[in-house]
Amino acid sequence: MAHHAHEPEVVVLPPDKAKIKKLWTVAGILGAITAVEFIVAFAVPHGFFKTSVFVIMTIVKAGYIVGEFMHLKYEAKVLFWSVLIPIVFIVWMLIAFLYEGFQLSDVNFI
Amino acid sequence: MAHAHATTASDQNVWNGGVAPLGASYGKLMMWFFLLSDAFTFSGLLITYGLVRSSHPAFSGLADAFAFSHDYWPIPEKVFEAVPFLHGISLPLVFVGIMTFILIMSSVTMVLAVEAGHRMDQKAVEKWMLWTILGGLTFLGCQAWEWTHFIVGTDVATKVTDFIFVNGELTKITKDVYGANLHINQYGPQDFADFFFFITGFHGFHVFSGVLLNFLIYYNTVTGVYNRRGHYEMVEKVGLYWHFVDLVWVFVFTFFYLV
Repeated sequence: MAHHAHEPEVVVLPPDKAKIKKLWTVAGILGAITAVEFIVAFAVPHGFFKTSVFVIMTIVKAGYIVGEFMHLKYEAKVLFWSVLIPIVFIVWMLIAFLYEGFQLSDVNFI
Repeated sequence: MAHAHATTASDQNVWNGGVAPLGASYGKLMMWFFLLSDAFTFSGLLITYGLVRSSHPAFSGLADAFAFSHDYWPIPEKVFEAVPFLHGISLPLVFVGIMTFILIMSSVTMVLAVEAGHRMDQKAVEKWMLWTILGGLTFLGCQAWEWTHFIVGTDVATKVTDFIFVNGELTKITKDVYGANLHINQYGPQDFADFFFFITGFHGFHVFSGVLLNFLIYYNTVTGVYNRRGHYEMVEKVGLYWHFVDLVWVFVFTFFYLV
């Protein structure tokens, strides 16, 4: 690049220690939840309870990633809700399709 | 901070586009709504997996007695139990757990690059972007190994019943099947292999695109493009995409490997 003569004067600010510490804390939480999931996978027998534990832990992890890493928690409330509210369509699809799946199972295998 | 760049130009009034809706720039908003639509795509895939899985019988015996069969859906931890260099040792979900950690770590280094960008710290952005790219490439390498293992199969074949024409008559035969592709599957019903390739493949393609975008950001940072522009918002926008890739993996990890 031949723009060196026009390089702007850039003021570099010092690292935001508190913010960086918080980011590492979130990373630690995500890692810890994954480790617990790993233990639950072998310590708890298969069934509704185990699946529920996994779903709750996954939603907690998703909350930290979207809220802290993607900074959505600190955006304007309108933006926050316009991203979150459409998720109800996914929830509805999940309920409808799982119900359909169990009905198909009855038709095919019983 | 990011919001400093949210307004377009200070001399424009509200009626001439001098205000940023929702307090975010055009690029960031569009990235958010693209990611929302991508979330629908991935949900469609994972929920369809749930539909097909729940329409198949589950293995009803004790986990220790589990063997691969086309008669029921496999238990994922019995399928994904191999780790590189440890051939023949059963380590259920260990490798996929390592992959999850790698992706979480590369998400952290990405958010540190964004933080450095807010401070106009070119050297720190370069450092953290390099770590992020390295994390992405490592994840892709792990996935390539996992796919290879899944396709090649285990040491012991699964006996699969099939029907073929012998002298014009439909005849029942039993054959040995190793590994899986889009036509055969030693681990269980064919749909299981198809979903494995489609869901992890679609996610892997997102990771691949993310690594390319991350490299572009790194290149622009090194050549001083963002210093001349006066802000590092591109790091933030690509950062959003990269965190989303991590987010999707959290769901794939739970609903494909754990449950």
